[in-house]
Amino acid sequence: MPTYTMTSPLKDEDVAKLRAGDVVKLSGTIYTARDAAHKRLCDMLDNNEELPFALEGAVIYYVGPSPAPDGRPIGSAGPTTSYRMDTYAPRLHSLGVKASVGKGKRSPEVREAMQEHTGVYFGATGGAGALLSQCITDAKVIAFDDLGPEAIRELTVENFPLLVVNDSHGNEQYAKPNFDF
Amino acid sequence: MRVIKAEQVHDAVVDLVLKAARYLPEDVKTAIRVARNNETTDSAKEILGQLLENADLAKESGLPLCQDTGVGVFYVEIGDEVQVEGNLSDIINEAMKEGYDKGLLRKSLCHPLTRKNTTDNSPAVIHFSHVAGDKLTIKHMAKGGGSENMSRCTMLTPAQGWQGIKEFVVRRMAEAGPNPCPPTIVGVGIGGTFDLAPALAKEALFRPLSAENPDAELAAMEQELLNEINQLGIGPMGLGGATTCLGVKIEMRPCHIASLPLAVNVQCHSSRIKEVTL
Repeated sequence: MPTYTMTSPLKDEDVAKLRAGDVVKLSGTIYTARDAAHKRLCDMLDNNEELPFALEGAVIYYVGPSPAPDGRPIGSAGPTTSYRMDTYAPRLHSLGVKASVGKGKRSPEVREAMQEHTGVYFGATGGAGALLSQCITDAKVIAFDDLGPEAIRELTVENFPLLVVNDSHGNEQYAKPNFDF
Repeated sequence: MRVIKAEQVHDAVVDLVLKAARYLPEDVKTAIRVARNNETTDSAKEILGQLLENADLAKESGLPLCQDTGVGVFYVEIGDEVQVEGNLSDIINEAMKEGYDKGLLRKSLCHPLTRKNTTDNSPAVIHFSHVAGDKLTIKHMAKGGGSENMSRCTMLTPAQGWQGIKEFVVRRMAEAGPNPCPPTIVGVGIGGTFDLAPALAKEALFRPLSAENPDAELAAMEQELLNEINQLGIGPMGLGGATTCLGVKIEMRPCHIASLPLAVNVQCHSSRIKEVTL
């Protein structure tokens, strides 16, 4: 399978060349956000407030890490299930977000938004939080500290292993279950 | 009447909480290793390899296996000839809080509507049952939200029978697809009442993966469900493959003549269970 090395923030040309099934080793700056943070970000957009990070080219990681031990920037930090953020993701893609990182299926609306705005959905291995945390070299809370594990963190990552699940051309890597629905 | 000191229960529960979060049971590791050898695609082998590497790293480093260290669930069996000094619910809840704090485990509980975090992972979910003897057994599960969200219960009609049960369980796992972090372990509760069936499904997940059902009929049903779920081809993390499920565990009880309650409690591959008998 083709493997790319990329640095976030991402550009349209980075995203456009990716195809479902490709492996990406991602470095650079990414932002954590899950349910509660997404709701607040969208409330801020409704109120024309300035967001805590620039959406242009941003990669959002759906994660609520465990507390950092001494000498480490972060605790375990694997992906959470993505569909809960589907309500918010199309709006964020329309405003410049290039990628999200999570696990599990996305809605047709999110997949369409990624095609329209050249976005990509990366899968990371769920339940490998201790291992994935080794690729995170720095972490700081930049917003919503009161949300605890759900606060927005700015992460610096190095060669974070990702798989393209949904590309910007409408392809998906998940297996279709052998079941007559 | 045998008396157990509160402190002894407290310390045992803190230990359960820390060990469950950090140590993947050996039989689960073995099952993942076997599955990796059976898989033919690079993605399935790679993912299962990462899970084994993750388990080793968590054990060595003390980091939790998964950042979602879950709800603290406890099934407690109290012998009728044993007494604990103090309120057992409070002791377990306090010890659970201490374990989550000490182990740097994520505090994942919040108000259902305001979503405000309770900040100490309380309250624990505790089920009690009274048994014969002078022992106290405490079974702990750190139950993650992703797989819990994929769980369902239903009230089938008696006419639907075993075929209806199979259809519901397999359909549920097909619909869940990649969401609950496959390969999963599936707990199935059959019978009882509307409230008992899910409790049975969860109780079933406390049986170690490698432990066969002592009831031959239920063991055969578990095998049949396991085969059908694995024929879905969802595979590790939903990327395709032979291993969608590592095991099915059934608990069954009599039910009302009008009913056939059924519950499916989904457990991700990171089965964090640990028990102690005092």
